[in-house]
Amino acid sequence: MNNIEKVKRLIIEKPLKLDCGQTISNFPLAYETYGVLNEKKDNAILAFHALTGDQFASGKNPITNKEGWWSYALGPGKAIDTNKYFVICANVIGGCMGSYGPSNINPETNRPFGTNFPVITINDMVNAQYHLLEFFKIEKLFSVVGGSMGGMQVLQFVSNFPNKSVTAIPIACTASHSAQNIALNELGRQSIMADHNWSNGFYEENKKLPDKGLAVARMAAHITYLSKKGLQEKFGRKLQERDDLKFSFDADFQIESYLRYQGSVFVDRFDANSYLYITRAMDYFDLLKQFNGNLSKAFEKSKTKFFVISFTSDWLYPTSENREIVIALNAIGKDVGFAEITSDKGHDSFLLDIPDFLNAVKNFLNTSYNKINEKRI
Amino acid sequence: MKKEFNIIANLLKKNSKVLDVGCGDGELMKYINEKITNDVRGLEISKNNVQKCIEKGLTVIEGNAEKDLKQFPDLSFDYVILSQTLQAFLDPENVINELLRIGKKAIVTIPNFGYWKVRIHLLFQGTMPVTKSLPNEWYDTPNLHMCTIKDFVNFCNKKNIKINSSNLNIKNLFSELGIFLIEK
Repeated sequence: MNNIEKVKRLIIEKPLKLDCGQTISNFPLAYETYGVLNEKKDNAILAFHALTGDQFASGKNPITNKEGWWSYALGPGKAIDTNKYFVICANVIGGCMGSYGPSNINPETNRPFGTNFPVITINDMVNAQYHLLEFFKIEKLFSVVGGSMGGMQVLQFVSNFPNKSVTAIPIACTASHSAQNIALNELGRQSIMADHNWSNGFYEENKKLPDKGLAVARMAAHITYLSKKGLQEKFGRKLQERDDLKFSFDADFQIESYLRYQGSVFVDRFDANSYLYITRAMDYFDLLKQFNGNLSKAFEKSKTKFFVISFTSDWLYPTSENREIVIALNAIGKDVGFAEITSDKGHDSFLLDIPDFLNAVKNFLNTSYNKINEKRI
Repeated sequence: MKKEFNIIANLLKKNSKVLDVGCGDGELMKYINEKITNDVRGLEISKNNVQKCIEKGLTVIEGNAEKDLKQFPDLSFDYVILSQTLQAFLDPENVINELLRIGKKAIVTIPNFGYWKVRIHLLFQGTMPVTKSLPNEWYDTPNLHMCTIKDFVNFCNKKNIKINSSNLNIKNLFSELGIFLIEK
């Protein structure tokens, strides 16, 4: 990750009061943009990334040299068409792709923050990214969009800034992290912390990283992004480059080898402490509680047009939880559409080439954009 | 179809708030959107139709009218439309109650089983009628509760539902479709 110094950064000078009580200021927010902001500045979309994403949503990620995480959905001619829209995507605070996070140097100690970094929330992430609107002098976004943790940020954004976006597309997400989701995140955190190299979060000094713990966390999480049917169809009981079982603990099965590979490549691009901080932010996300149990109140002041999307095989953020958002919006007569997309690919569907999903996003954005322009004429 | 759309659209006040329950591919919503009001949204069970509505730029919520109407608050729409789907519900009475709870007025259209062609078909052919508005065979029809215009009028009277307007000038025998504007 040697090129990390080259990523675009906005230094946010203004103090930001975090939910944990601490205030941060003069901190970096790494971002990337796609497409061109038009003269009227009415074509800007803020895209929020999920747990392990970053600002490189489309095209080649210059740090990892891999395709951006949302390349199927976002780019020239894609569902979120960057020939038409100006898309901004920022690395969340707490992340490890150039934004303020636990691997930054603590000026007080001249060592990386490690676990001395403040615990951050989805609310903090969104408040930090709001500064991008001021930076680009955008009065109102055309859309805020994101899946999974990105969807949570969409909900929080509209709640915090009710009339700063014409439309909002929360995808495969929830308004309140469930016990099951907290449990799965805790599993990941404990596997990192159980790695001796983790050293209470101050591993950067030892030069030995908690790669094993982080890899196991990723393997466990990866299973939750897929579906039973998807796994069975892709891997079944197929063996990995062998004709028979070896009566050992090698990766006999393809699924084992696949997960090990996913774990091993993940540690090259992700920081263990960032994984702890971001999963914590997701667990703390409870928009219901922020509004005393009445989710509708979160959106009361907003005129934003919502389009909520879920996937049939997503058991991590199931349709029922996405529907709660729709119900809360309908309860106060807000403009909301909802579609459940058929897919066997589990939670990961929002990152994949699912034509019904991509068409729905494209049609919603384009027809909504045409409508705001008709009104002006 | 266009004739039915036109009759329904004429029952709606300009710029009113409308919900189309079982909105199908959104053709009626589109018609209303263009002619009467842009505050119209639909509820639709078929994923395929939901996609078609989104393509047309319509606000649609994927859902089941028998389960998902309860999320809408009382009197939250000026009009709730139920176009030719009443007969397909498991519990049509409950659906009507829900329509009248969330809408100040409801517009219900039914394929009339008392239409003369339907009667003739049953009388002379002795088989379940298949017509333009009842295109399916008995074994593959989604229709569970067929009724006639007269049945629906009797139902409304029994349940103290006010019929404000209907196309009954063409009567039970001569209309293929019954169109009713009702309220509590």
